[in-house]
Amino acid sequence: MSAIQVVPISYYVWLSAILFSIGVMGVLFRRNVIIVFMCIELMLNAVNLLMVAFSSMLNDAAGQIFVFFIMAVAAAEVAVGLAILVMIFRNTKSVDIDFLNKLKR
Amino acid sequence: MNALLILSALGIFALLTDILGLKKILFPASIVALIGAMVASGLEWGHHTSYFNGMMCTDNTAILYTELLLFAGLMWFLICGSSIREHQTEHYAILSFALAGAVVMVTFSNLVMLFLGIEILSISMYIMAGSQKDKYSSNEAALKYFLMGSFSTGFLLFGIALIYGCTGSFFTSGIAAAIQQPMTLPHGMLLAGVLLILTSLVFKIAGFPFHFWAPDVYQGAPDTITAFMASVVKIAATAAFFRLFSMAFGSMVQEWSFTLCLIAIGSMMIGNMGAVLQDNLKRMLAFSSVAHAGYMLIAIITLNKFSEAALLFYITAYTLATLASFAIIIRVGQENGNGDVSSLAGLGKRNPLAAATMTIAMLSLAGIPPLSGFFAKYFLFNAALQENYTWLVLAAVAGTLISVYYYFRVIHSMLILKGSEEKISNSPIQIIVMLVLSALLILLGIMPDLLLSRIGS
Repeated sequence: MSAIQVVPISYYVWLSAILFSIGVMGVLFRRNVIIVFMCIELMLNAVNLLMVAFSSMLNDAAGQIFVFFIMAVAAAEVAVGLAILVMIFRNTKSVDIDFLNKLKR
Repeated sequence: MNALLILSALGIFALLTDILGLKKILFPASIVALIGAMVASGLEWGHHTSYFNGMMCTDNTAILYTELLLFAGLMWFLICGSSIREHQTEHYAILSFALAGAVVMVTFSNLVMLFLGIEILSISMYIMAGSQKDKYSSNEAALKYFLMGSFSTGFLLFGIALIYGCTGSFFTSGIAAAIQQPMTLPHGMLLAGVLLILTSLVFKIAGFPFHFWAPDVYQGAPDTITAFMASVVKIAATAAFFRLFSMAFGSMVQEWSFTLCLIAIGSMMIGNMGAVLQDNLKRMLAFSSVAHAGYMLIAIITLNKFSEAALLFYITAYTLATLASFAIIIRVGQENGNGDVSSLAGLGKRNPLAAATMTIAMLSLAGIPPLSGFFAKYFLFNAALQENYTWLVLAAVAGTLISVYYYFRVIHSMLILKGSEEKISNSPIQIIVMLVLSALLILLGIMPDLLLSRIGS
């Protein structure tokens, strides 16, 4: 039995659920866009942890392969997100999410 | 599958045209490639082939949705191709990749492919929403779309992980089989996974209570990109929603149908009431698309033998009408930039063909017979009544009655209000697009069997 399998699966589920919830709270309550990005990354990494734990529990490699896909896509997503943020910073000189209210009337 | 290869090749080709000095042939090449992809996809009809170890499956429904996506893409290129002058090659490349992602979303039979399809489509759209770099509204739309999109992706992935843990499979067929068996892990975890995926997909189709990004993003993004979002993105997200829930979670329909009923009713009410209050045309269409997402959810709730055909017909009618209305919005927007409903005033005199097309599109969206929008709603409500969802249908009919007000407001503005007298000319391509779209809207209304007979076979 490998080290990852010694810990009961429910511990992993709760740990990733907590990490995921911290990420969700951060996205909902933080005002700085860069911190919001980090919180989204935290959500994705909680998922990665859960995938790997399940993959090891089920003795099935598919979950770990999925983690690679998530990592690659998350990198692409952040690249685009940071580009958008730089574009906004050039126009407004701010990375505060409260600036994003010009479209409502 | 060949359609996917052609679209990816088109995207790469578009990126290379700048270097190779082939910019002039990019527009015709894209049109030819899209028509070629439609033919290639049509040739797979009836074969039911699996690709990538069964991770994608081109069954007949997938082929019909692929054809619809490619048709919407083709119409989009015809409508907007000439109006994109800055960064033309990047626009073409990214939108080809977005179409490829949409095709993956309607063909998947494994959750990995669903995730990749959603991301290929979404990441392309984040870039496109912000493509007017120096305009503040476009910046804001891009960031909002990005934050909401990646937030909902997190939910999707957490849901997929929980379902993987419970069922041990990413294949839709494997999940469906495992749900029938007794499980090692608690049933609540499976249900949590399903609800998280549901939340994320409701985000993607902009249903209540996760619709708040749609009006801002539709309004802020460039007109051409909003047209793409309202057609291609909506088709792909709704089709993927239906495909996943009918193929993988169909057997536990009782457990999620009530949640989805509330979401559907909320979308229809908030969408229609919100649209009544809007002056900006794109914002109004965004709320109307929230309402239409609510109607489409009815098909996912009912999940009987009629609902698949009803949903396909509804999405087709919705897409045709949306593309037609955006063709006019983009044309008028080039003349008069404020984008309000009042900017259409006097269009009946300024450009009769555009006004006629817009009238047909609005009547179809409102569901007035004999246009295709009426039969789309009829088939959908009929499917719901078979399952005794009378109150859901009543709510939908009430929503439709509200919607008549704001669709007729557009028609009133075009045909009755006085505006500037200056004529707006049409290019030959625009005339063809308007005629084709209005002809299809009328034709599918008179002969719905043209499309419906394909599904039963």
